[in-house]
Amino acid sequence: MTEEDQAEMLKKIEVKDVGELFEQIPEQLRLKQPLNLPAPLSEMELMAMMEKLAKEGEIAASKTSFLGGGINRHYVPATISSLISREEFLTAYTPYQPEASQGTLQALYEFQTYIAMLSGMDAANASLYDGATATAEAVLMAKRINKKGNTVYVSSALHPHYREVLRTYLRDVDIPIVELAFDPKTGKTIILPMMNDALAVVVGYPNYFGVIEDLKDAREVATKIGALLISVTTEALALALLKPPGEFGVDIFVGEGQSFGLPPSFGGPLLGLIATKEAYVRNLPGRIIGRGQDKNGKDAFVIVIATREQHIKREKATSNICTNEALCATIAGMYLTAYGKTGLAKLAQQNAVKAFRLRKKLAKIPGVSIPFSGNTFNEFVIRTEKRYGHNVLHYLTERDIFGGIALSKHYSNNPNDILVSVTEMNTDEDAEKLVHALTEIMK
Amino acid sequence: MIHNDTEKLIFEQGRAGRVGVDVEGVCLIELDHALPEELRRGPLDGFPEVTEPEMVRHYTRLSQRNVGIDDTFYPLGSCTMKYNPRMNEAVANMKGFTQLHPAMPVKDTQDAFRLLWELEEMLKEICGMDAFTLNPVAGAHGEVTGLKIIRAAIRARGEKRDKVLIPTSAHGTNPASAMLAGFTPVNIEVNPDGSVNFEALEKALDENVAAMMITNPSTLGLFETNIKKIADMLHAKGAFLYCDGANLNALVGIARPGDMGFDVIQTNMHKTFSTPHGGGGPGAGPVGVKKELVPFLPYPQIEKFFSTPGIFIPMTDEHSIGRIHSYYGNFLVLLRAYVYLRTMGARGLREVAEAAVLNANYLRVSLRDIGYRIPFDRPCMHECLIMHDGLPKEIKTLDIAKRLMDKGFHPPTMDFPLHGCFLIEPTETETKETLDAFIKAMYEILIESEVSPELLHDAPHITPVKRVDDVAANRPKNLNLRWNSNKAV
Repeated sequence: MTEEDQAEMLKKIEVKDVGELFEQIPEQLRLKQPLNLPAPLSEMELMAMMEKLAKEGEIAASKTSFLGGGINRHYVPATISSLISREEFLTAYTPYQPEASQGTLQALYEFQTYIAMLSGMDAANASLYDGATATAEAVLMAKRINKKGNTVYVSSALHPHYREVLRTYLRDVDIPIVELAFDPKTGKTIILPMMNDALAVVVGYPNYFGVIEDLKDAREVATKIGALLISVTTEALALALLKPPGEFGVDIFVGEGQSFGLPPSFGGPLLGLIATKEAYVRNLPGRIIGRGQDKNGKDAFVIVIATREQHIKREKATSNICTNEALCATIAGMYLTAYGKTGLAKLAQQNAVKAFRLRKKLAKIPGVSIPFSGNTFNEFVIRTEKRYGHNVLHYLTERDIFGGIALSKHYSNNPNDILVSVTEMNTDEDAEKLVHALTEIMK
Repeated sequence: MIHNDTEKLIFEQGRAGRVGVDVEGVCLIELDHALPEELRRGPLDGFPEVTEPEMVRHYTRLSQRNVGIDDTFYPLGSCTMKYNPRMNEAVANMKGFTQLHPAMPVKDTQDAFRLLWELEEMLKEICGMDAFTLNPVAGAHGEVTGLKIIRAAIRARGEKRDKVLIPTSAHGTNPASAMLAGFTPVNIEVNPDGSVNFEALEKALDENVAAMMITNPSTLGLFETNIKKIADMLHAKGAFLYCDGANLNALVGIARPGDMGFDVIQTNMHKTFSTPHGGGGPGAGPVGVKKELVPFLPYPQIEKFFSTPGIFIPMTDEHSIGRIHSYYGNFLVLLRAYVYLRTMGARGLREVAEAAVLNANYLRVSLRDIGYRIPFDRPCMHECLIMHDGLPKEIKTLDIAKRLMDKGFHPPTMDFPLHGCFLIEPTETETKETLDAFIKAMYEILIESEVSPELLHDAPHITPVKRVDDVAANRPKNLNLRWNSNKAV
């Protein structure tokens, strides 16, 4: 702002200086000295500094990686970064004014359609924060639907972060959590119809070990005990290959959509997915976009059933969500469009086959075994006999390989187990490198 | 923005056999071994088959049916639609940040932790708080995190308090967040100017009150001058004072919520700290707390060990409320905010608040002078509240809002917090010329409302779709939340 601008505006307002406008703040509350912040840098200086700070990450990112565990490594087509940087998407606000927001609205409506089709559910919302908070929202949603039960039964093979977030969310609203054990042979959750006061049953699909749970069994048990069934997919690409949760009669599907075009980004932003049956649509949290018409009868998109939302219902809202992950949902729509019907299916197949090949090779290394017999998609657990998983990973890191995630942090009974993730990003050479290094380490 | 076109849904475009990104196929026999057929789904029916150029055109055309802050003045009150510096985007797109996996060994991602830690330090200084968590990913997420922290502190004291006082002028997320944190929200009537009514406060303030949530400056754009007294009253009763930091843009470098007696604040990186809104997110809602509440912050908390250059380790405190999001929150959003703060410095931030407040007051006086009613005609903070009740009765808030679109502006926040109002937040990044153009548009609308009100009733005229019938779209028989392949033409 130039001095002339300021002078003209002050004159209009009829105050002598800007300080006068701040006189409504009691004097003793106004800062007497400048904030103690680092001195400002020019764009050139700052860019140089940030490039330097990004170096460490570039080195880490250049290493061979088999890290997954809910943050998945997938190739992002160049079209996406180009399109998503269009300011009209990037710098728009929440689409409260539909006539000026048809782009965002249509992109989100298409995203909802994609998620509904992938999950086999009737309808999805326009995104939640991430898979972990989406799981918590799903349980709160189940509580609105199922008035009878109060206890939520959660698979202990569900992603540990998801269970932790669920605990945080439920702690203050009096919904007890009971964890269901997993079968140490198959890696699948043991679901027996002996659960009392059941509100919902929550299982991973695939679970944290990469194992594909039997949703058919889970559905039968849940029905028997009068509970809703919630399935959680942390690797959304699996949905392009596995039977959709909707086919098993899942009541609420939740997931993490980061696989669809979002880089790992040190864990955020992510993309929470939620979808449900038609009967429960009005219990969904968050924003939902609908297709309607303008006054001339022309197709138009608009936020619908907002009467569930906090800005109208306040404390009676289905959730407190306002800002969600709209841009990430738009990216996911672009990603799914770019790959399309055949591309996405082939991509998922490639992931499964690559993981299967590596799993077979690793199992042949003396001292390495596959502890869980259950079928997997692109993640699986290996057991390094007589060696701690975290030690093995440390040795692999010394060979410039991020070999996976040690289960020991969250599963103390599995100190020798490592979660390995294989995607289309992993070349045959990567796989060979890991096999070779692990063979050496296990000698 | 282009107008009068339509863009078919992507599912209605393309043709069987077209390919965007080509992927190498696998051997089906091997696939059967990898994953038995009975576990696999059928084809992705309904998914489009389009070429890359078709896909690019689709999304380009969609973008042309949207309006962003780069297009025009976007003065949504309490939303702080300021310019989003492109440098932030350049940094957030650096491979060394986007490709970081959070499960990498801690020693390999020290600089990422350092950036987060330094951002925490800067936020502490700006807000006058003792510690920050960066994990919440939105303002409302920050609210529920802050309230859970308060709840944990009360539990640790061995007390049971279940009420949270919320002024009736508060944003809807406040009561919804209170519910989510297990509290019972209690509405507190406010004075006509949006300030806290002491009589109502005194009546409601008992031993069961855990906290009061206050937006300061309020959603009416005015500073709560008695804030210190309110804080003292709450503290005397053992309750906490929560600051909804949605309107922090008015205060940066001028005054600090921590000095006013607030115990908790959530900040919005996508408002005050210039990160883009993205059509509704992703955002970031870091939460700052005073000393007493530090042990209860969600984990992981990044701790610095040793001095220069330091070692950064994500830690868990036994009293923590727990995890509230996977890993460390929205890192790339936080990174943008970090870059913003490093370009601003202390003086730059002060100038932000000064210019934001000056701009808002210029609008207040100018709009008053052309004939809009200003319910509280005294200096406002970063946003001004105007009423359109001087216009003919049949003119609705919505008519004016939509007519503004015809004049090339995004409408301000409307009918909140008062019925028949506009809450206008210009931010510091607008020039006087833009404000003058907006004032002129508001004047034209005033005239039009008398001489040709149909121009307002029929607005907008130049948008890709005309006024959307959201009532019809919400009727159960019309509710359409997805495209359906069965109904495809």
